[in-house]
Amino acid sequence: MNLLTALARLLVFPGLLFAVPAAWFFLWLERKAVARMQGRMGPPFPQPFFDFIKLLGKEVPEREGIAGRLMELWPVLAVAAAAGAVGMLPVLPASGGFEGDLILLLALMEVPSICIIAAGFSSRSIFAEIGSVREAVLSVAYNVVFILAILSIAAAQGTFRLEALAQRPAPPLEWLAIVALLGCLPARLHLNPFSLPNAEQEIYSGPMTEYAGRELALWELSHGLEWVAGTGLVAALVVPHLTAGAWMVVLFLALSCALAALLSVLAAATARLAIDTTVRFYWRCTLVFALAAMSSMLWFRGRV
Amino acid sequence: MNLWKRLMCMCRRRSPWLFHLNSGSCNGCDIELVASLSPRYDVEQLGARLEGSPRHADILCVTGPVTKNSVQAVRTVYGQVFAPKAVVAIGSCPATTNVFIDSRTLDGPLAKHIPVDVYVPGCPPRPDAIIRGVVRAAQILAERGRATPPLPERTVNAQDTSSGTCEVQS
Repeated sequence: MNLLTALARLLVFPGLLFAVPAAWFFLWLERKAVARMQGRMGPPFPQPFFDFIKLLGKEVPEREGIAGRLMELWPVLAVAAAAGAVGMLPVLPASGGFEGDLILLLALMEVPSICIIAAGFSSRSIFAEIGSVREAVLSVAYNVVFILAILSIAAAQGTFRLEALAQRPAPPLEWLAIVALLGCLPARLHLNPFSLPNAEQEIYSGPMTEYAGRELALWELSHGLEWVAGTGLVAALVVPHLTAGAWMVVLFLALSCALAALLSVLAAATARLAIDTTVRFYWRCTLVFALAAMSSMLWFRGRV
Repeated sequence: MNLWKRLMCMCRRRSPWLFHLNSGSCNGCDIELVASLSPRYDVEQLGARLEGSPRHADILCVTGPVTKNSVQAVRTVYGQVFAPKAVVAIGSCPATTNVFIDSRTLDGPLAKHIPVDVYVPGCPPRPDAIIRGVVRAAQILAERGRATPPLPERTVNAQDTSSGTCEVQS
């Protein structure tokens, strides 16, 4: 991959130029789907755009010292990492990539979550700190399953290269790993029933309590980009097994939207769980899927 | 630049985020405010959202006659909302202290402590009246921009700010 294609991927498709409107679209889709499930009309289509511009125009609190500079840094870092993760998705056929880009993608997808934890602690608000602790506990719980599931796919294919991973024929039990990945997405996106870190009203706004104005706008954007990256990763792993050529892009977009709608419906249909129930769920229930996927992949690899 | 100002004005009008502050209300108005978020009235169609933190909010919805215990909280929370901001007094209590007038436990009405932009009278007001008040407040807020009205010791006349064209100060 030369510099030009790398830049094009980062800045145009599926990078920033695609990712930012897509992030707003997913934020709208989430709110609209929840509203329709509750029998409401929901917000108008450009609502996340209105919110973003409005937040840019709001006053920002004056922050002092190192903690203040750090508080300003976290949302920027979160948006940059999430946008980078979206830019790395193997959407286009023959899009290049390099050996080990799967590991980089996983690391980038993890950065926003770490930023949220750090932001909560930097703000020194008691509600933000509770939110950060919850985010940290949740992240340890779902990441074991998430990484095991991804690793099982990589182990079966014998490569850490995203494009090769997506384009080789799927072993029959890859679907197990995909189900485990899907199980992690609600926690990764802080949706019900795992909306613990930002539990609205319960602990004010969790780690975001002290944020306002353009910093909050960046947090909203990074949440949207996490939507694109999370649903996009699952879609990118599934799509190449279904079709090839230019249809890949169309199917990728359609599948991402379908996943986002599914997750929103799940969020509307469930209530928030307590933190211990959530951790128990991930360690007991989803881990079974991930372990089954891992062992079956190793077995499959041994036979090939 | 003018285009940016017009865009900002429209976005402020169409994205009012609410923070609900109870200053000793009997819960009647609080229930009606929550009812305006329900499927029947659905204030989210207008872009409104009930926020958990006053830092995120644009419009402060105050219910209750402002008890002595809550005065400091009302002032603090008003200060925690960043400009541009507006205040909606929901119900008759924050407007006049209602049936609790002359009570020794009160320090109302609300306009003694913070500048109020819109009054929604009623005991309790209907959800559609509350929604109307929120829409009016969003309009005032978009026109006023980042300028904040002075605190009530000097002047209370929010009506003056609602006239004129849409000017946004950056």
